[in-house]
Amino acid sequence: MGWMRNHRKSGGESQSIHTNALGIGIATGAYALSFGAISVASGLSVLQTQSLSLFMFTGASQFAFVGVIGAGGGAVIAVVTALLLGARNSLYALSLGPVLTPKKKEVPFTALLTIDESTAMALRYNASRKASRRAFFATGLSVYVFWNIGTALGSLGASALSDPGVLGLDAAIPAGFLALLWPRLTSGSGSENRKMWTVAVASAVLAMMLIPFLRPGLPVLFSALVAVAASLLWSKASPPSEEN
Amino acid sequence: MWASILIASLGTYVEKLLGYLLPQRILKRESVRRMTGLLPVSLLAALVAVQTFASDQAFLIDARVLGLGVAVVALLLRAPFLVVILVAAASTALVRWLGWMP
Repeated sequence: MGWMRNHRKSGGESQSIHTNALGIGIATGAYALSFGAISVASGLSVLQTQSLSLFMFTGASQFAFVGVIGAGGGAVIAVVTALLLGARNSLYALSLGPVLTPKKKEVPFTALLTIDESTAMALRYNASRKASRRAFFATGLSVYVFWNIGTALGSLGASALSDPGVLGLDAAIPAGFLALLWPRLTSGSGSENRKMWTVAVASAVLAMMLIPFLRPGLPVLFSALVAVAASLLWSKASPPSEEN
Repeated sequence: MWASILIASLGTYVEKLLGYLLPQRILKRESVRRMTGLLPVSLLAALVAVQTFASDQAFLIDARVLGLGVAVVALLLRAPFLVVILVAAASTALVRWLGWMP
């Protein structure tokens, strides 16, 4: 991995990149503890839980997958929900392509590490190709390692418990989704945040109203229609130059 | 279960891979950018609602609501992820242990 070899050369910046990458890794690793625990409480084995962290490696999709399984929604709906949530990674990869310009043989590995955190860091340190590559791979690897360690500790810990409900793990699931949602509602401009809140509330209300009529998991999938409708509506209404 | 784990993992990986292989001009389409930005908001909000209020196909208010409320307070106080989840789980466990809420 060439990006690691000469990371001392550019001093201050590379140090701040590595410190940030480590901090982000530890924070998401702590979060992975709860994923591991929730996954086992949802009925997956320790090995199945670990496979998700090793190969899917995109938190929101993993949480959604085990959430749907745990709620009795079944495998097909779990897969579709995970894929819909993962669609944003395609967009990340599209924006990262010209920044990281990975060689052909680097693409498979670069793709695996393409997640919220590594993308944010690569785009933040975009002064040079070298810096953004360093930020991307340092963050991606750091999160990958800590995410998998956290998953293992969480799933092993939870599998030692008899009834996860006693520990309030069923309440940890919506809290986890809310923690993933929160930055998307609060980090944009005022008008952008208002749009996000509108979509979030409309989707939540629609899903709740559908609970009695559809099998578990489907209300969440139907709520995606709110995002589709809003994006068609707002794309027409707003000028194409607007950032999002 | 293993089959669905495999398919979902492969699928989410292909999504990541596609972004590096597809032509850049897709990014220029406002509706595509909008939709991929809004989909997680929609799905995560719906997941919060359903995981809080659904019990199979019934609408149920129990101690999870309190846990979610505590999570909101923690987020407003800018608590880190793990703290948000811990206080939500702990407060839910506490009111159950006290027998105040199911």
